Amino acid sequence: MSEAALRLAGLRRDYGERTALDGVGLELAAGESLVVLGPNGAGKTTLLRILATLLRPSGGEAVVLGCSLPDAAWKLRGRIGYLGHEPLLYRDLSGRENLRFHARLHGIDDEPAERRIAALLAATGMERRADERVAELSAGMRQRLAICRCVLHEPALLLLDEPDSNLDAAGRELARGLIGPGGGRTRVVVTHDPDRHLPEADQVLRLGIGEVAAVS
Amino acid sequence: MTGRADTRGAVSVTPSRVAFAAILAKDLRSELRTLQSLPAMALFAVTTFVVFRFGLDRTSLSGSLASGVLWATLLFAAVLGINRLFVAEREEGGFDAIRLAPIDRSVLFAAKAAALLVYLLALEAIAVPIFALFFLDSAAGLGPLLAVLLLADLGLAATGTLISSMAVNSRARDLLVPLVLLPLVVPLMIAATGATEPLLAAGGPAYDRFGTWLAVLGLYDLIFGLVGYAVFDFLLED
Repeated sequence: MSEAALRLAGLRRDYGERTALDGVGLELAAGESLVVLGPNGAGKTTLLRILATLLRPSGGEAVVLGCSLPDAAWKLRGRIGYLGHEPLLYRDLSGRENLRFHARLHGIDDEPAERRIAALLAATGMERRADERVAELSAGMRQRLAICRCVLHEPALLLLDEPDSNLDAAGRELARGLIGPGGGRTRVVVTHDPDRHLPEADQVLRLGIGEVAAVS
Repeated sequence: MTGRADTRGAVSVTPSRVAFAAILAKDLRSELRTLQSLPAMALFAVTTFVVFRFGLDRTSLSGSLASGVLWATLLFAAVLGINRLFVAEREEGGFDAIRLAPIDRSVLFAAKAAALLVYLLALEAIAVPIFALFFLDSAAGLGPLLAVLLLADLGLAATGTLISSMAVNSRARDLLVPLVLLPLVVPLMIAATGATEPLLAAGGPAYDRFGTWLAVLGLYDLIFGLVGYAVFDFLLED
């Protein structure tokens, strides 16, 4: 058993009076994939945002890549690739400009950043549209760029919320090379498409509304 | 290589100057491309000068009246830019992107304040010559006025950035910014108009208490700059 990339115990998140997430506990080894299933409102996105350090847990324990949340969240930033519902891209900048911006925020020097950006754009089939403003691109193309942004800094942990959203079959295959299992990546994948993602899962977390989470 | 985190778990933070330059350049590029803030600010200022010119029925202003017209116009034009300062971060996920990056979050405050400072200086490059053309008999006071403008802009940029970041998550953003900002900048405006009044006096610029007012402006800048830098990290928490 390799070192745990993710260790959760009794994790809870409240929004005022409402409990969005309760009793999540699991241990995921480095390089493994966790698939999170559940109906709308079960707390899947909340869980992902806690792991991404974007939300503070209300209770329980969360240790991500050896960093205890929320106190050591600052040590974790830069080691996470987060793909949420929003692409986190500025609409008035081009795809390439957005990726350069994110590369700089992650401290990647210009020359290696340009090489990495070119490789990612090629891998997602976005080279020809990379210099257009994001506002002019389709939702699927924005998702491809968001995937490039997510893996640009070569994170150790991928947190993927509906990663196939808006992607066509070709886009899903291209994306699989970057955010699919393998390559030593630890992944947490929230999905409504179990047929596609369950075969690649090492563990499955089922969240229910008002229920304690179940791991299998 | 600038600092970055690796997959083995080493903690590394992007140097603040790199993150600052990236955020500032992104904001200025977006503004140049979309012209969402600056043209509205400039148009507001010019229109207000026209209204004052005909409303007061005066072709020449001096002293406290000139100072009041200039600063009231610049302040309300600035509010237009301050309202929009964080809109892209809120609506396009920039806050999340910045919170996910290994940077000191206070850098966002510094970069946004710097962007607002650039907008204010650009506004004044357009508005002050038009003000002089409309209302002043002599341009002799404009040289030292630059120091007042710069110091007042620094204070407006610091306070405006802080208030804008707090208001951006509210649906009543357009109402909240002036409601909270204007009382906070009263001391700044008193000092700015106090320093400007003798510079635009009828007989030519005078320097009564000019240094004192500049010191007040500097002190305001220092206080709100430090407060903004210190508390901004907490404002970004969920």
